Amino acid sequence: MDPSRKRKIRLVVSLSVAVLLAAGLVYTSFSASTEAREPSEIIGSTSGSTYELTGKVVNDTVVRRGEDLRFRIRDREGSENLPVSYSGTIPDAFREGREVIVTGSLQGGVFVAERDSLVTKCPSKFTAEEKS
Amino acid sequence: MTSLGAAALAVGFLTTLYAIGSAIYGAVRRERRWVDSSRLAVYGFMGLMVICFLVLEIAFLRNDFAFQTVAEHSSTTTPVFYKMTAMWSSQEGSLLLWAFVLSIGSSAVLYLTRNSQRQVAPWATAVLMGLAAFFCGLMLFSVSPFVRLDPVPVEGAGLTPLLRNPYMAMHPPMIYSGYVLFSIPFAFAIGALITRRLDTTWIRSTRRFALVAWIFLGIGLLLGARWSYEELGWGGYWGWDPVENAALMPWLLGTAFLHGIQVQERRGMLKIWNTGLVTATFVFCLIGTFLVRSGVLQSIHAFGASTVGGPLLVLIGITSLGSTLLIWSRRKDLQPERRISSPLSREAIFLINNLLLVGLTAVIFWGTFFPLISEAVTGVSSSLAAPWFADYVAPLGVLLVLFTGIGPLFAWGQLSGSAALRVLAWPVALAVLTVISLLIFTDVSSSPWALFLFGFAAFTFVALAQEFGRAAITRRALTGESLPVALGSAMARNRRRYGGYTAHFGIVVLLIAVTASSSFQTKEDLRLVPGQSGKVDDYTLSYEKLVVDPNNERIAFNARLAVSKDGERIGTLTPARQYYPTQDPSAGPIGRYFEGEATSEVGLRTSGTGDLWTAFQPDLAPIEEDVEAGNKALADAGPVAQGIAIVAIADAYAADPPAATFRVIWDPLVIWVWIGGIFVVGGALFAVWPTSSSRQRAEVAKAAKAAREASGSGANPGGRS
Repeated sequence: MDPSRKRKIRLVVSLSVAVLLAAGLVYTSFSASTEAREPSEIIGSTSGSTYELTGKVVNDTVVRRGEDLRFRIRDREGSENLPVSYSGTIPDAFREGREVIVTGSLQGGVFVAERDSLVTKCPSKFTAEEKS
Repeated sequence: MTSLGAAALAVGFLTTLYAIGSAIYGAVRRERRWVDSSRLAVYGFMGLMVICFLVLEIAFLRNDFAFQTVAEHSSTTTPVFYKMTAMWSSQEGSLLLWAFVLSIGSSAVLYLTRNSQRQVAPWATAVLMGLAAFFCGLMLFSVSPFVRLDPVPVEGAGLTPLLRNPYMAMHPPMIYSGYVLFSIPFAFAIGALITRRLDTTWIRSTRRFALVAWIFLGIGLLLGARWSYEELGWGGYWGWDPVENAALMPWLLGTAFLHGIQVQERRGMLKIWNTGLVTATFVFCLIGTFLVRSGVLQSIHAFGASTVGGPLLVLIGITSLGSTLLIWSRRKDLQPERRISSPLSREAIFLINNLLLVGLTAVIFWGTFFPLISEAVTGVSSSLAAPWFADYVAPLGVLLVLFTGIGPLFAWGQLSGSAALRVLAWPVALAVLTVISLLIFTDVSSSPWALFLFGFAAFTFVALAQEFGRAAITRRALTGESLPVALGSAMARNRRRYGGYTAHFGIVVLLIAVTASSSFQTKEDLRLVPGQSGKVDDYTLSYEKLVVDPNNERIAFNARLAVSKDGERIGTLTPARQYYPTQDPSAGPIGRYFEGEATSEVGLRTSGTGDLWTAFQPDLAPIEEDVEAGNKALADAGPVAQGIAIVAIADAYAADPPAATFRVIWDPLVIWVWIGGIFVVGGALFAVWPTSSSRQRAEVAKAAKAAREASGSGANPGGRS
């Protein structure tokens, strides 16, 4: 086989391997990802699938019962809200009124969060919020 | 003082414009005067940036709240060290830091290349100053660090407590210095492409800057990881958060570039690849800045609405598109001088490692931007969590370790099969032995990737030991020095190679530690009241008591935990939770001391085999009544009475606290993450240090000069001692 033909074959083989790997990457990422939702988008849904719920903690709703942390999350803009039940590490920055992300599923009207899934946005550099 | 800073900034902006103009004019007309003038303008720009930087630093130190950024990020009670580092917790401050570091780096590289690189340097000047103009323009027209507040507030908001950690204080300047210094090899690559001077001179004159950038970025990553481990209270050092990924991607591409250029220097191959890599590395540095500053992705570091996202995106677009077109138009000048003749060659292994690093970056890029990608495709934003990243990173990391070991064993060019067998024999034998003994004596088999990684790590260690051993023995045979001395002088004679090997050793140690601590950690949440105890792995932790530790900045609750193993007390851990006051008046005069930001201080017991890590989460509900009462009774009381009340409330709480949650983690080998990291940085520093030959040349020149002076002054020339 002449060298240029050999090179061409090698190129085709490596490109197809790359395409296959990329396809695998795309496939697994779509199946492994969690959709982000705001409270108003899943209120009343009965699908039971897992979502990443984003929104703001409603003022005066945070209650701690032993290991269990309960609070309500509302839309970033809007007042529709959902009760959340959470256990695990509570981030230092967690506060009423802050923007949080929590992963879990809706069970009987309560958003039951996965353990340790609570993320609070860092307010430190959040100058826009500090001013409001 | 704000006006001095603003004036220096405005003049700096104009200086960059002048430098761009005169550099390009000088390059096109081939007039040295204009090129020299542009270089002097760059030095001048550095002076102006130093002024801006000092003005702002002094304002922070003097609590000059007339500066808006000082009022928003510092306060009179902020400790001096954090006053000095509060600058880069703000957007405008970090932009200034960018421009400041860029001015220093540009001046340094233009000074070093002032007598060489006559054609390439002016274009590189134009690129660097183009970036400088961009960042100065942003500060001048959009987010100025020199905004004046009127009236001047008496007190500032203070630095966010989470950032009061020495690691976090130094993390941003390290990351930014890394980002900025990668612009130097990029700028010279562009210069070389424009002028078609595509030999290895642009690489040789900027290689050190690339390595220094890589070192800074690496230190920044380590500091950030350490901060997360100590400060964030979740017990990890890496969470595949977008902002972490943003800094890791250019580091991985930079690693690929540093290896790719060796192939180009030695074999004249991978020219398009290397120019592409340096462009990609720099573009990812810009993307890193963009991710941190734009808030497009959900992240714990979300910086909120920002005005610099749009312009940065435009800069990223121009940079990547312009460079791609330029490389494409020069593809004929970038033809390789040779082709890879055999897979049994160092260049082939380097190429594989390059592909692995780029593949790793591609995976991380995809995962990081998946929320945007999925929103574009399906209309719903979805995100990928740490396990998805781990599924891809683990196999790629394992292969990287293997090829890190093989690379140095193979020679450039081609190795015969029998020679390959000879160099591979010992590493393979000892790797197999390691895997077998791990299978027999430990339960590593529960995690196959970990088993592979440990095996390949053993392979790489033996390969490195062979290299160091051979160097020492050869040197001893030549000079008759003792073995350690011979090793030292052999290393000093080829700093680049042995510095590189040391960094390889460090990265493999680091990856072993990452694997062990992520695959084999034990994590428990204990709920304890004082007097109770719980068991985690082999350790028993007893909650002894709660201690209140107030000072003028914050009030801290320290939990004392006695640690025992096999019934024997081996130490005390004191995880703490600190409450900083809020400025929000609705919390009440007493409540504001408990309702502000809180931070965790972890209790840590470090040893070579692993860390016992504890974080403490108290339940402050019982104090609410006291705080309410205090808010009413002491609304008009002076600060002294309020202070006494606060300490009394805290003491009463600490005397009989309710059950608190302790997160306890046994993290095996985690200390080796940091030790490995130190080896990586140390090895790279060793490599970047001036080589002995260049120092020898300098010494010879110095001696010659001294001799000339000595003979000139009529001293005794024979007096050589």
